[in-house]
Formats: sequence, structure tokens, C-alpha cells
Amino acid sequence: MESKESKKMVFVTVGTTSFDALVRAVDSPQVRDELSSKGYTHLLIQMGRGSYFPSKFSGEDGSLAVDYFTFSPSIADHLKSASLIISHAGSGSIFETLRLGKPLIVVVNEDLMDNHQSELAEELADRKHLFCANPQTLHQIISNMNLDSLVPYPPGDSVPVAKLINRFFGFPDD
Amino acid sequence: MSSLRRAFKSLDPDLVFNYMEEYLEAGFFKLTPFFIAITISLLAIRLTYVFLRSSKPFVDPPERVSTMIVLGSGGHTAEMLSIVNVLNKERFSPRFYVAATTDNMSLQKAQVLEQSLAHEGKGSSEAAQFLQIYRSREVGQSYITSIGTSLIAMMHALWLTLKIRPQVIICNGPGTCIPLCVAAFMFKVAGLRWSSIFYIESIARVRKLSLSGLLLYKLRLTDQFVVQWPQLQRKYPRSQYVGRIM
Repeated sequence: MESKESKKMVFVTVGTTSFDALVRAVDSPQVRDELSSKGYTHLLIQMGRGSYFPSKFSGEDGSLAVDYFTFSPSIADHLKSASLIISHAGSGSIFETLRLGKPLIVVVNEDLMDNHQSELAEELADRKHLFCANPQTLHQIISNMNLDSLVPYPPGDSVPVAKLINRFFGFPDD
Repeated sequence: MSSLRRAFKSLDPDLVFNYMEEYLEAGFFKLTPFFIAITISLLAIRLTYVFLRSSKPFVDPPERVSTMIVLGSGGHTAEMLSIVNVLNKERFSPRFYVAATTDNMSLQKAQVLEQSLAHEGKGSSEAAQFLQIYRSREVGQSYITSIGTSLIAMMHALWLTLKIRPQVIICNGPGTCIPLCVAAFMFKVAGLRWSSIFYIESIARVRKLSLSGLLLYKLRLTDQFVVQWPQLQRKYPRSQYVGRIM
């Protein structure tokens, strides 16, 4: 089963809403060629409530195999089996991916009215935990990215906040 | 005023009666400004006291505190539940989880957490309740109709807070927590219940506070205000930074 061993999947997730600009970007020949040349064999897209449907490819001719679905109860399995994740900028999927230690490209949705989400993606990109792109620059980011330059994300800890609340009431630390 | 002092000093009922009669004859209209002035000064004194006492740690630790946990949605809920997960379940008990009526995922996640706690023997099913609250404004709703829905949300928040009378409110945005915090603050001023309000700004806020966070910070409605990035703490000096929770 050599084909299975050499399977390198890219998983794209838009979260609970829609992000057609991202689906359109990963569906473009530019991005698909770039992923193919980087050695990726499969592209799986979670497209949410979007109205743009990407084209499916079986990948039998050696090109990038493309498949998509709308929603799945558990995205965790897809994240685990992927070699590269391209995600919307929601904090949920960002931290879920970083905890798995997988390479991540966050694509910021510039159509959102309250676009505070880019703050987090840019900060984490500055700290080299992930790459940050927008739908227009995605193919450049893929072509220029060096996965070895990424720094593992040290997981956060909610105990100090619990201690702060405890101290306020005079409760001893557990 | 000397007649009043004399009347009460002598404790002569006739004198007291005479004085009161005089006083009432002065007429309602003449007294109204006096009563308004008294009410405003009392309210001002009470507000000053509430603002000064809020954010001061407890001297006598209570045995346990009833806790309202406001679940935002998505990432907010994930952050909140990771805090609840490490709180002492016996001291923070009972726990009331509140989420927007439009958010059906958050309460489910809280139920899963509580069930796993009950399974580990750290909590009991009676210690947790799950409630829904109307949202002030849905994404994309017009500002004119949101005045009406905000009023409904405020009434609902007052009702819920009166029913639960929480000693602790832990929240992290978005908008759902504002009417609850305002309601709790009103009860605090009215002396009906003293609630300590903790706000933990989402990790997604790196350079600026969220609208909910900014409102609570500026109105000084919180007892403790926590942010997750040092640069944000420097910008808002009354906030606290104790590291990231995610």
C-alpha cells in the first residue's frame, strides 16, 4: 500500500458559517498546483454553509485529489490525519490545530464586518506559530512557506485565572 | 431645625406632633425637591460604596458561592469551560450555566463537562443548572429593532439574576453577558445581592478590547478584569494579565 503511506492531505476548514472566498481560493488552479508541487496528494475541504462548490478530482492521473463536505460532527479526525491545515481565523480551530502541532495557514476573512479575528492570526504569525494569509495571497504563502521555520505553540493554562478567582474570595489554592 | 431638636429632646408627643403638622403644611410641592435631593445623595453614596467595595477581595472567605457562568459561543465557550474545569466544584456551587437561546451548542458542551465531573465524583447533577437567555442583538439585525430586543433581553436578564441571585458571575463576552452584568450591578446597588463579577477577555483580543469588554471596563462593572495578552494589559491598567488560558 505505497499510495497510502505517501498520502499527504491538506485539510481546509471554514468553520460553522461560510467563507466562499477561501473555498474559491483553494479551488483555483494556482493553489492546487502549488500544493501539488509541495508534495501534497489530497485536498479535503469543509465548506460549511457556503454556496460555492469546488470541483472534485479523483487524483487518479497523479494530480491533487480534491473532495469536499459541508459539515461534520467531528473535525478532530480530519485535523489529525492532515499534514497541512488551511483554516478560517476562528480561535477554536486555530488552537485545536496548534495543540495537535500541525502546520497551519490561517486565512483571514476580510468580508467580516467586525474583523478582529485577524488580530489573533497576525500575533500568532509574528510569533511564528502559523502562517497568515488572505484569499488573494494564499498561493504565494504556500509557495514561500518553510514548515521548519514554525515554532511549536506552548499550550495555555487556565489554572492562574482560577487561582486569581480563588484568591479574591480567600479560598486556598487547591 | 431647632424646633425639631427641642421636640425630640423633650420626647413630648405634642411637640413632635406639632412639628410634623407644621412640616406637612409646608406642602408636598415644597418638599419634593428636598426628597429628590435626599434620594440622589443616598444613591450617590451607595454607588460610591459599591464602586469602592467592588474589586476588593473578601476578608472572610465564604464557604461556597453560587456561580453564574455565562457561555458566549464557539471559542468563548471553549475558553470559559477550560476555566470552569479547573475551579473547585465544591466551593463554586451550585453552578448556573447561561447561554443565548440561539446557541444550542454551548449548553450541550457544559452538560458534557458536568456529566464527566459527576462521573469522576467531583460534582453532582443537582449542582448544575442550564438556562437560556434572549440575545440583545443577532448578527446582522438592524439597530432600530435591536432597541426592542435589547429591552426584552434586559428584562429577561433581570428576571434570571433575581431568580438565581448569583454570588459570582464569570463571563468572557460576547454581548450576552452585558445585560446580566448590568442586572447584577443593579441588585448590588439596591442591596438585594452582592455579586462579584469576573470578566476574562477572549484570547482573540490581542490589541483592542471587545465591545463587551470595553463597556464593562469603562463602566467599572467588573470586580476583576482579566486579559490574555501583556500588550493589552499595558493599554488597560486596571486589567490583569496572568498568562494565556488557550
